Amino acid sequence: MSHELPYIAAIDEAIRLEMERDESVIYFGQNMATTENAPYRQAFGDDRVRVTPISETAEIGMAVGAALAGFRPVVELYMAEFMLVAMDQVTNEAPRFRAMSGGQVKVPLVLKAGWGFTAGWAGQHTGTLTNMFMGVPGLKVVSPSTAADAKGLMATAIRDDNPVVYFHNYLLTLDHGEVPDGEHLVPFGVADVRREGSDVTIVANAHMLNQSLKAAETLAGEGIQAEVIDPRTYAPLDVDTILTSVGKTGRLVLVDSAPRHSAASNVIAGEVVERGFDLLKAPIVQVTALDATVPYSEPLEAYVIPDADRVAAAVRGVLGTAPVGV
Amino acid sequence: MTADDARRLLRAMWRIRHFEERVGRLKRTDEVFGLIHLSVGQEGVAAGTCLQLRDDDAVYSGHRAHGHALAKGAPLDRVMAELMGRETGLCRGMGGSMHLVDVEHGFMGATGVVGGNIPMALGSALAARQLGGDAVAVVFFGDGAVQAGHFNETVNLAALWGLPLIMVCENNGFAEFTPRSAHTVVERVSDVVAPYEITRETVDGNDVLAVWERFGEFLARARKGEGPFLLECLTVRLRGHYEGDPAAYREAIADEEWQKMDPILRLQRHALKQKWVDEGELAAIEAEAVDEVEAAVAFGRESAFPEPELVAELVYAGSDA
Repeated sequence: MSHELPYIAAIDEAIRLEMERDESVIYFGQNMATTENAPYRQAFGDDRVRVTPISETAEIGMAVGAALAGFRPVVELYMAEFMLVAMDQVTNEAPRFRAMSGGQVKVPLVLKAGWGFTAGWAGQHTGTLTNMFMGVPGLKVVSPSTAADAKGLMATAIRDDNPVVYFHNYLLTLDHGEVPDGEHLVPFGVADVRREGSDVTIVANAHMLNQSLKAAETLAGEGIQAEVIDPRTYAPLDVDTILTSVGKTGRLVLVDSAPRHSAASNVIAGEVVERGFDLLKAPIVQVTALDATVPYSEPLEAYVIPDADRVAAAVRGVLGTAPVGV
Repeated sequence: MTADDARRLLRAMWRIRHFEERVGRLKRTDEVFGLIHLSVGQEGVAAGTCLQLRDDDAVYSGHRAHGHALAKGAPLDRVMAELMGRETGLCRGMGGSMHLVDVEHGFMGATGVVGGNIPMALGSALAARQLGGDAVAVVFFGDGAVQAGHFNETVNLAALWGLPLIMVCENNGFAEFTPRSAHTVVERVSDVVAPYEITRETVDGNDVLAVWERFGEFLARARKGEGPFLLECLTVRLRGHYEGDPAAYREAIADEEWQKMDPILRLQRHALKQKWVDEGELAAIEAEAVDEVEAAVAFGRESAFPEPELVAELVYAGSDA
């Protein structure tokens, strides 16, 4: 059985269910008590739900300490960029303590971070930071594209015994989707083939996934069948599903809203070239944002961030029906 | 302080002193592999505080952590083996000098990034409060960490929520290679937290009796649910910032002057005056520490290096899901 929910409400449903299921789950962050999150305090009390000052380092460091003591903290960070204020805790402390302690400790915590608000939110609220975190050993990095995955990946993140960066895409906030009732867990490291096709493989996530699915519809009208894959989790990364698809299509277009030299697509391209070079009938093409700060002005923002037209053009290029180029 | 307390303190401080000096010698021949920061001269703070704690009290330290770990109960031979990079090391050779962890004894961790440990201790204090017992969290840091945002954010939250956190600042006057006066206009660390109205005190960190008494008082109050507390211990880092640091930025302390300041010799003189111990017993306590350190070096030398499989095994914890 399932019910329809907006993406953001599906995340909430998972957090609520996990907090009901497990008393060690605690939830804190800025603005928790005064805004829409007040119901959490009503439901779970002031001990388990805490409002914090604008102190990301203390919030995340506190989560690490509480995790070492057996709790499962979820830190509400609102904007992924706010996490950068506390990079020491996110990259030096949380993911390294298990290894550095020789396996004596585990650090189960979730950093819930909204990202990619490319709707005029300018240079510090629109970033795609996946690649910045997926290369940190010990961190897990997930990014749901649907309401169902938003719920299922959050539940899995809270139950995971490692620090998890949970990215939720702000452009999908109010997108509705069917969400399974009750317990719903989406495993990490399993990509989702969202559309089957035989001519080209497109890999994309979140808003870029929706743009790619739109491009695939357009291309279908031209007789081109694109297979569209959502990685869903970036650490661990399901390279096998992508390689299997490339084995079928022989062509790969990687779509990513991150700057070209800081995109997860760079990592995927490297893995595919190394492990599946002989499967490729054409060079891999990456459709990424420009290596630039996302501008505020609407036409300039559109100039920097890829869209369905650019994805379709790249596919035509890879298939030789148009010049290769981005 | 009782005669027995004094014996325990002397034993703890001699163990740290001889451990540190031995590590310094092993570093010169590279038997100890990596970056090493020694706490020679600061033993009084580690011993005067940690000996009063229980295993369920969480302690955090920074890059100069050997003394805190040993005083909190970490086995000396396994700390030595860790510094020698061996499988039998406290962290199986994965952490080394700057990242000692001993969960069994509540030494929850040391961080190599100045200030990084402070908010983690806040989390342990929050957990202690939430679990409802009388355990506390203690964090050691130097005066250099006080200028980091970590410290200020943590003080604010600990004060706001009244958490059982005892912050122990070892103020040795130098942040790495730079004197405090070049970093801030605030001379006393205890004054930095004045606006938060938390209980704070500056003591002579080389006077173990003063550290013992003031920390004991803070600890008793923290166990009753009060907090946070800040104890600033003025102390002396006898060696450079790291082993190999020529420390050209300061004058060495004259031996004669140091004899007067040395926390171990000071407590020995006091214990003799109180007739708690005699010269023979003092010599025996020190000799025992020397023997234990030598045995630890032998233990390290006999131990194997870890297998490469360990690296991948420790990246992620297995999941309950």
